[in-house]
Amino acid sequence: MTHVLAVGAVNPVPARSQMGSSLGFHIILACFGVAFAAVTMTAEWIGIKRNDPVAMLLARRWSKVMAVLVAVGAVSGTVLSYEMGLLWPGLMGRYGAAIGLPFSLEGIFFFLEAIFVGVYLYGWRRLSPWAHWWTGMPIVVSGILGAISVVAANSWMNSPAGYTLKDGKINSVDPVSVFFNASTPYEATHMILAAYMVTGFVVAGVYAVGLLRGRRDRYHRLGFGVPFTIAGIAAPLQVMMGDVIARFIASNQPVKFAAMEYVLTTQRDAPEWLGGILINGHEYFGISIPAFDSILVGFNPHTTVIGLNSVPASQQPPLDTLIHLSFDLMVGIGFFLFVLAAWQGWWWWFHRRVLMTAWFLVPAALSGVAAVTAMEAGWVVTEVGRQPWIVYKVLLVSTAVTPSSGVTVTLAVILALYAILTVVSIGTPMIMSRRWRREGPAEEDAEQVPYGPSSAPAGAFGAGATGAGAPGASGAEPRAPVGGAEAP
Amino acid sequence: MNPSPETIAVAAILFVVLAAYALFGGADFGGGIWDLVAGGPARGAAPRELIDESITPVWEANHVWLVFILVLLWTAFPPAFAAIMTALFVPLSLSLLGIVLRGVGFAFRHTARRMRVQQLTGATFATSSLITPFFMGTVVGAVATGQVPVHPGGNVPAAWTSPTALLTGFLFVAACAYVSAVFLVLEARQRGRHELMRYFALRATAAGAVTGGLAGGTFFELSRSAPYVYHRLTGISLPLVAISIAAGIAVLGMLWLRWYHPLILRATAAAAVATVVWGWGLAQYPYLFPTSLTLPSGSAPSATLDAEFVVAGLAVVLVVPGFAILYYLQQRGLLTEAESDADLRLAAHLGPAGVGRPAAAEPEPVVARIGVAAVLVTLAVRAIRNVFSPGSRRG
Repeated sequence: MTHVLAVGAVNPVPARSQMGSSLGFHIILACFGVAFAAVTMTAEWIGIKRNDPVAMLLARRWSKVMAVLVAVGAVSGTVLSYEMGLLWPGLMGRYGAAIGLPFSLEGIFFFLEAIFVGVYLYGWRRLSPWAHWWTGMPIVVSGILGAISVVAANSWMNSPAGYTLKDGKINSVDPVSVFFNASTPYEATHMILAAYMVTGFVVAGVYAVGLLRGRRDRYHRLGFGVPFTIAGIAAPLQVMMGDVIARFIASNQPVKFAAMEYVLTTQRDAPEWLGGILINGHEYFGISIPAFDSILVGFNPHTTVIGLNSVPASQQPPLDTLIHLSFDLMVGIGFFLFVLAAWQGWWWWFHRRVLMTAWFLVPAALSGVAAVTAMEAGWVVTEVGRQPWIVYKVLLVSTAVTPSSGVTVTLAVILALYAILTVVSIGTPMIMSRRWRREGPAEEDAEQVPYGPSSAPAGAFGAGATGAGAPGASGAEPRAPVGGAEAP
Repeated sequence: MNPSPETIAVAAILFVVLAAYALFGGADFGGGIWDLVAGGPARGAAPRELIDESITPVWEANHVWLVFILVLLWTAFPPAFAAIMTALFVPLSLSLLGIVLRGVGFAFRHTARRMRVQQLTGATFATSSLITPFFMGTVVGAVATGQVPVHPGGNVPAAWTSPTALLTGFLFVAACAYVSAVFLVLEARQRGRHELMRYFALRATAAGAVTGGLAGGTFFELSRSAPYVYHRLTGISLPLVAISIAAGIAVLGMLWLRWYHPLILRATAAAAVATVVWGWGLAQYPYLFPTSLTLPSGSAPSATLDAEFVVAGLAVVLVVPGFAILYYLQQRGLLTEAESDADLRLAAHLGPAGVGRPAAAEPEPVVARIGVAAVLVTLAVRAIRNVFSPGSRRG
């Protein structure tokens, strides 16, 4: 398909698809990188504070799952770093001096996260409980700061600031204005809340399935309750934040907002469309609430909302229907999760219990998938809605895309590889959980996770170590699953 | 125009990070290579186990070095980054493929218990350890020979398939295997595995000889393909090249004498690699692409470079103590790999907080809770009305 456009312009669709699928995959793992440590540490805090072995067990097991997800996330994050250059040399070559800065900061937080995940994961046995708890704190903090940094880079593409041009080249840069561009506070808050919602609802969803299957012991109730509470606190904040952000976009990127809300022409009394598809400038099947869009934008039915016709057709985003339906889907799921959390919150307030009715548990089991869907839809809105610009009103996607041939091939390879990575990142925790249920405690000693400090010092210390540690460490040795270890 | 001090400083940081990646990342890739050639499941079990134990703690941190290289390059030297990524799209994509496959292999191999799955993931991991350094080597070869155009219109296959670039690719593979084998000798020593010490000492010597030969070949090729770099390698960079050669020979001598001092052997092997990276950097000066793109014309504005310098400083301030804590805890034996939940499982099933009992919190009186709920609802309603009342916010 690229050959049709071989002369002159390069077709950016394969590159765009590759970036979209890589980012769409990585962002889910990134959520766990940002928020899973906080969920795990909450369980650990309950465990230490109340001397509760069930909470401690949950925390330890979650930390093992965290190790797998962070490892896969490190790989998919490396892919994205490469792709910034492989796919968009026109962006990085021209504006790398500005957009690169937030990425540089992110590198530091990535480093810190990697180091302390190692400490947290392998410090369970020998560190004192509170010392161990505190080693998790840098993961939480660097997760949040790292998220702010990397989202700041994306925000800069929506609200470019902090640089001057001379002869088409960046002449001077103001790093602070680059980092704290107009979109950063909105996007960063939105993403961090989303990360906590995705992580919380996904983990809670797993235990909701267990509760539905009749495993209603305290282990499953607590495993459901801790992450659900965290996600449930984030959900109402996210709904409020979403409302604020929509108004910000209406003023900052009006064309994107027009596509989100099907505002075809600049108008007062703009209606709010729920659902519906747009064909040749006509809206079909949607439900319209008169003047409500104007009210949402300016608290007044007569507020003027800028429409798509404010810019020439070449500067309007494509796929309006996709943008609008993604936006509606995100908002709808946001409200659904908020209601779900409020219901459980109400029940907890009066009964101090996890709701056990299937009317609650079935949607709760699906809340993880729903949260991920909402987040992906949100990224579709912000990324497709910015088209045809890669840097809003500054640089076109078609100018930034690589002139190198072969993107269709790498796109196919990436799709295949990410299918495998998806299986690995879902399958590995599933295998772990099945083992936890079936096998005796002894087998669990042999459980291995992808990385972390080696057992060497443990081996060296084995002789002199306390009696409690040594048998566990030596017991693991024969079962260590190294290639060929079980050969006849 | 001479490069500004900021430019030189950031370029120096880039080469420090490059050397770190060559060493630590290189050792990881080398481990994969030795895994690949370790033989059948029975014969290769012991070396594979040692490789596995030594790479496991560090492989993710090494991704961060690579990410730092990319980030530094695109922030501080954007035109060079864009040109490299465009012209060398193919080898870079292939090196990335290797990185992803390694990750998949690593993440799953430890969970897989069935022999066949383990062998498959192990083979994936090992093969990809060969692909990545080779293609990274061709990229460096292409840059050093000045074959990357400043404004490429697409792939430039000739740049990375030149004899110099291909030789550099093989040199990278051999160097990875060499560094890794030296480190593995010490890992084996630390664990008291004497047969593995000999095993890897032999391989380190062989890999060292091959690396030396390939380095000589590359050097000879450079005299024809990259006269500028060759001229400076034999000029201003000569001391660094000499240190590298001397360190390489010293390592071979220590291996032959079986004098496995943990610090000195490691440092000497590291010096052999790092000095050659720095020698290359110095030989390119003041060019990013010899002799078409200079540092001043290819670098970002000074504010960006200053910011990168601050970031590097922050990295030293934050990351170094982090690593210090990690190593301190590891050396004190406070971090153990195998974790048993047996204690907690027993406690959880037998303890007072056991099966089927709700949390034993003392419930507050219902009236009090209804009261608080009413207050909260009122506050929420007022807050919402406040938001929607006209004129309260910008409209």
